[in-house]
Amino acid sequence: MRPFTQHQGLVVPLDRANVDTDAIIPKQFLKSIKRTGFGPNAFDEWRYLDHGEPGMDNSKRPLNPEFVLNQSRYQDASVLLARENFGCGSSREHAPWALEDYGFRAIIAPSYADIFYNNCFKNGLLPIVLPAVVVDQLFRETVAAEGYALTVDLAAQTVVTPSGEIFAFEVDGERKNRLLNGLDDIGLTLKFVDRIKAYEMQRKQLTPWLFN
Amino acid sequence: MPRTLYDKLWDAHAVHVEPDGMTLLYIDRQLVHEVTSPQAFEGLKINGRKPWRIDALLATPDHNVPTTDRHAGITDPVSRTQVETLDANCHDFGLTEFVMNDPRQGIVHVIGPEQGFTQPGVTLVCGDSHTSTHGAFAALAFGIGTSEVEHVMATQCLWQKKSGSMLVKVEGALAKGVTAKDIALAVIGRIGTAGGTGYAIEFGGSAIRALSMEGRMTLCNMAIEAGARAGMVAADAKTIDYMKDRPYGPKGVQWDAAVAYWHTLVSDEGAHFDAVVELNAAEIKPQVTWGTSPEMVVAVDGRVPDPAEAPNAVKKADWERALQYMGLNAHTPISEITVDKVFIGSCTNSRIEDLWEAAEVVRVLAGSGHKVAANVKLAMVVPGSGLVKAQAEAEGLDAIFREAGFEWREPGCSMCLAMNADRLESGERCASTSNRNFEGRQGQGGRTHLVSPAMAAAAAMYGHFVDVREVML
Repeated sequence: MRPFTQHQGLVVPLDRANVDTDAIIPKQFLKSIKRTGFGPNAFDEWRYLDHGEPGMDNSKRPLNPEFVLNQSRYQDASVLLARENFGCGSSREHAPWALEDYGFRAIIAPSYADIFYNNCFKNGLLPIVLPAVVVDQLFRETVAAEGYALTVDLAAQTVVTPSGEIFAFEVDGERKNRLLNGLDDIGLTLKFVDRIKAYEMQRKQLTPWLFN
Repeated sequence: MPRTLYDKLWDAHAVHVEPDGMTLLYIDRQLVHEVTSPQAFEGLKINGRKPWRIDALLATPDHNVPTTDRHAGITDPVSRTQVETLDANCHDFGLTEFVMNDPRQGIVHVIGPEQGFTQPGVTLVCGDSHTSTHGAFAALAFGIGTSEVEHVMATQCLWQKKSGSMLVKVEGALAKGVTAKDIALAVIGRIGTAGGTGYAIEFGGSAIRALSMEGRMTLCNMAIEAGARAGMVAADAKTIDYMKDRPYGPKGVQWDAAVAYWHTLVSDEGAHFDAVVELNAAEIKPQVTWGTSPEMVVAVDGRVPDPAEAPNAVKKADWERALQYMGLNAHTPISEITVDKVFIGSCTNSRIEDLWEAAEVVRVLAGSGHKVAANVKLAMVVPGSGLVKAQAEAEGLDAIFREAGFEWREPGCSMCLAMNADRLESGERCASTSNRNFEGRQGQGGRTHLVSPAMAAAAAMYGHFVDVREVML
């Protein structure tokens, strides 16, 4: 996994609550057996005017000019500003895969759905929680100033605005450590192999019917 | 100190706890389907790893499979590749798989309990958010992403932080025609789709005790739509009865030991919950969603709400967008909304009891000369598994549906998420027993109204929503 330390990037404001993972990456693209290549279909139904299917040449499809990601001032945005309960619904990890593949490195929202939040950390994508009033302020500032960029520092747990205003955010110590260092979860867990085996022996005694 | 059911399940599976509370949790069971597993198997292969415990895994294809004639196989080449990839991975790694034409194939959340693979007291995961379903068995069950699917395969464990605990207590008796689905939608209507975020929900109270295991599964299935990764119900005599003679369940002397353990799977008297929500079952009416989020729900005798009355500006904008997408006007009575298609199925409502409820409505209305209404282009019933389908056919339910004009299909996820050929066309309106009414969920531009099986059956016969309590008088 790509580590996340510091990132400065253009912000795009996605001003709607309860954005679900079906919207982030529609079901027809989940038929892929790969982890990559979902970026061109991120937000497919909002982003294009036609119906998308796997295998289409997305560069030839008509874009929806109303959709914020298509506006010229937000091209190459890498920080997604969102509203509450972002990433609700389906557990599909294709959602963070699509956002990461599109070019996002961080998301800022007042809250996330649990599974999506967890999935982001497995993919080098940092989901930042800031209070709703702060998110409101960032929405106003983003819309007001073309080229508005934020600096995210995971080690310091801060988001810094162009005017130098600093907002601190919380993140679990373990998740932070793994993301900062780009660590492989499975490799780390396998260091506990003796404990897992000891637990399993004990569990076989207590609930033998769960082992065949 | 008295403990909740969630505390007990959590404590029993904690292998190691980090200072910040991050816990290495042992996972007893994992269900596997074709959509969220190929990248996990690929990860194992790349790193030369093998599944930790083959007996803890059970696989079946469900999302992509056709619900019509299967003899020709899957015509969509992309869907076919995904299902064939699952078959190949299960073969290569030695997993048990119920392949597409196996009579036991079905939706993972239907076959797990049906086979006794899901058991009280286990931790169970699957790369699917509706894994919360299995909490109906006093189990800790939740959906995970594909990285975690691979992690569980490789280590039999997951890193998790404990959630808060929420008790949703429903006391009293449901009116005739009101079901577990209506409780689920009423709860979501009350607390919102993020109301359960950060919590594991335990459903309790006399109305929950009175539900069958199928009803409890419907309720726990929808916990995720309230934002809670896990929903659960304490074990009781119904739980234990359901487990009898299941192929993967305990047998002989192990059965007695298991039952003794299962009896402990309840919240202790006086256990602390971080949040409590109470509902009166008698006040719950049949529910119909009107918008593009499960929290956008009213009773069948209600009207489409007015965004001018939304509690805040963000919600007002959401409601306006939802009404536009749904092609509805504020103040329209729900009973005046007509439907183009009806879908009875999904991991929420495709078990035998769901089919009984729907068939009963069809039978009663057919008796007074009704058939599926002329304005309904398609009314389909998709059983949750091959075994549910076989039981329904043995009981003659398929004939009741077919004679009234429903299509009777092969088991799978079908039009809940439209990964196979079953879908809504743009602008089509559907009464659906599934779990999500998101934009585009059942097909781009499709308009979904979530209801119970009985309400969906009644909508099919009338061509518009009707109060099933009046039909069933």
